[in-house]
Amino acid sequence: MNSRDKIFAAVKASQPATTPLPDMHSFERNAAGSLDKFTTVLKTVGGSVYYVNSYAEVANILHDINGEGKKIISPLTELREFYNEAILNSTHISDLQDIDVFIIKGQFAVAENGAIWVTDKEMHQRVLPFITQHLAIIINAENVVPTMHEAYDQISKTSYGFGTFIAGPSKTADIEQSLVIGAHGPRSMTAFVMNTSL
Amino acid sequence: MMEEQTKDHAELALEFNRDEDRVNWHDETLWFIRQKRDKIAHQIPEWETLREAASQIKNNVLSNLHNYLQQFEANAIANGITVHWAADGAEHNRIVHELINKANVVRMVKSKSMLTEECGLNEYLAEHGIEVIDSDLGERIVQLAGEPPSHIVLPCIHKKKEEIGEIFHQHLGIEAGISDPQFLTETARQHLREVFLTRKVALTGVNFAVAETGEFVVCTNEGNADMGAHLADVHIASMGIEKIIPERKHLGVFLRLLTRSATGQPITTYSSHFKKPREGSEIHIILVDNGRTVQLGRKDFRNSLKCIRCAACMNTCPVYRRSGGHSYHTAVAGPIGSILAPNLDMEKYADLPFASTLCGSCSNVCPVKIDIHQQLYKWRQVLVKNGYAPTAKKAGMQLMTWTLSSPGAYRMAGKAGRWVLKHAPFAVNNSFNPWYKQRDMPNPPAQSFGEWFAKNKAGK
Repeated sequence: MNSRDKIFAAVKASQPATTPLPDMHSFERNAAGSLDKFTTVLKTVGGSVYYVNSYAEVANILHDINGEGKKIISPLTELREFYNEAILNSTHISDLQDIDVFIIKGQFAVAENGAIWVTDKEMHQRVLPFITQHLAIIINAENVVPTMHEAYDQISKTSYGFGTFIAGPSKTADIEQSLVIGAHGPRSMTAFVMNTSL
Repeated sequence: MMEEQTKDHAELALEFNRDEDRVNWHDETLWFIRQKRDKIAHQIPEWETLREAASQIKNNVLSNLHNYLQQFEANAIANGITVHWAADGAEHNRIVHELINKANVVRMVKSKSMLTEECGLNEYLAEHGIEVIDSDLGERIVQLAGEPPSHIVLPCIHKKKEEIGEIFHQHLGIEAGISDPQFLTETARQHLREVFLTRKVALTGVNFAVAETGEFVVCTNEGNADMGAHLADVHIASMGIEKIIPERKHLGVFLRLLTRSATGQPITTYSSHFKKPREGSEIHIILVDNGRTVQLGRKDFRNSLKCIRCAACMNTCPVYRRSGGHSYHTAVAGPIGSILAPNLDMEKYADLPFASTLCGSCSNVCPVKIDIHQQLYKWRQVLVKNGYAPTAKKAGMQLMTWTLSSPGAYRMAGKAGRWVLKHAPFAVNNSFNPWYKQRDMPNPPAQSFGEWFAKNKAGK
């Protein structure tokens, strides 16, 4: 018998009588998530938040924060000045490792923990939101869910090869519990909350 | 895997206790994390409902594991993931080695995986000429120091920043005498970035694997699992068979509980869902048994397999906090480790279920409601019955049995004890009395309850 069959046989012989799954409906809320709460929590975990009305405003803020001479890249056609197909599609690490700022859209945000859901569709390449020195994610103001339960309701309507919740910049407290921002991934994470009701 | 050692928990704890300042720091730091956990848990009104749901989901998983494993395998394969099965740690290590050979490389980057610690993967690969670099900062630090992690979430919590500065001075070439965490983290960032950019094979652990969708989730704050996996051509994910959950919506319950229980954060910075390999790359999942099906068959101990590795039980444990992770001489330390390890080797880990006060704090903070302290108590009975009780404990127990079964001896022993504590405290306040180590002896009562009762009953 190979290991697979051995494991399946052992599991079958050892597992107890079936117990039921809990009712998950009690966790779901009807109201939308609070944008204020999302903003507060994301700031608490080291992120920055800007409320904006247009992509032009996003671009201006990014110029203000980063100054001149930075490699700012985005797959968003709305941010044409940062759109660089050669770099976005490059398979050479040397093209990607020195990206200063990477800007993408997020599908929705979660109020309770400040996380934003992004998938490989938005990332263009999976490594980009991690290898960049700074990350910015744009979400629509109305796309905030209260908790992770509603988040997975949203996710169940979509498909992806890779998806991740991002809540703030890369960080560590492994040295004497001192919080240090910028472990291996982005040294900062900025959320742009777009007002789409204009 | 730990090197062979014969010292038990008490002896190893004694070594840790030699540096009282460090013990106090370790104790207070972990208690601070426990308090952060309390603070954030109390902000969730439905916290207890979440714990109950998590517990029920995990109970259901264990009761239906056969079907969920089949479902997960079929869906993962449909997603383009290659699935491997390993009956034990040795088979797991061989599969990893073969995959590295197939990729034609001799170096691999690895993010945190307690399973690979359990299997002794790094040592095995080193013997076969493969260099493994751990990319979690804490794990890299202990790896450079030649030590195993002492805590499953905070691998180098036993180290002071000055020691870490010295390790980086020796291995990463920084100046001597640097202890600024910011500077040290930046040093590791630069060093490990070079590693991420040049490794073709990356191994990660798995926090949750979803039967319904065939995807798996890896949680990190540093982003090291993602840096490794997305830059490599081959991503190997190692998981114990108990990491399966039925449906994706159940992740909502577990991701709400995991980091709040672990560090008091609302969620890890990254909760990455790997469903399909990216174009031109491979994902391999290795599902490992290594004793888990045996534990599943032990009625009293099977629900230890519900563990989601948050370490809340370690942070709250009065023994762990004061004895340090290395005193448990097993990959997963603390209360949960003490009920998992004897399943793997009763003789080697016979001391661990005794490394507890049975205060029950571990069970109270456990996000999946494992009855940890009750299992510790039950393991003691199993171990004694099977002849694995520590010798000193056996002798003490025999003396105790005789004393307790003889009323005369009991009264005499009590009197003698009270007299000694009162008139000759030096007779017990010395290094020959194991109870006196790191403790003060109590003030003796003037009389026993028996004496008090006899007197007061007469007065009535």
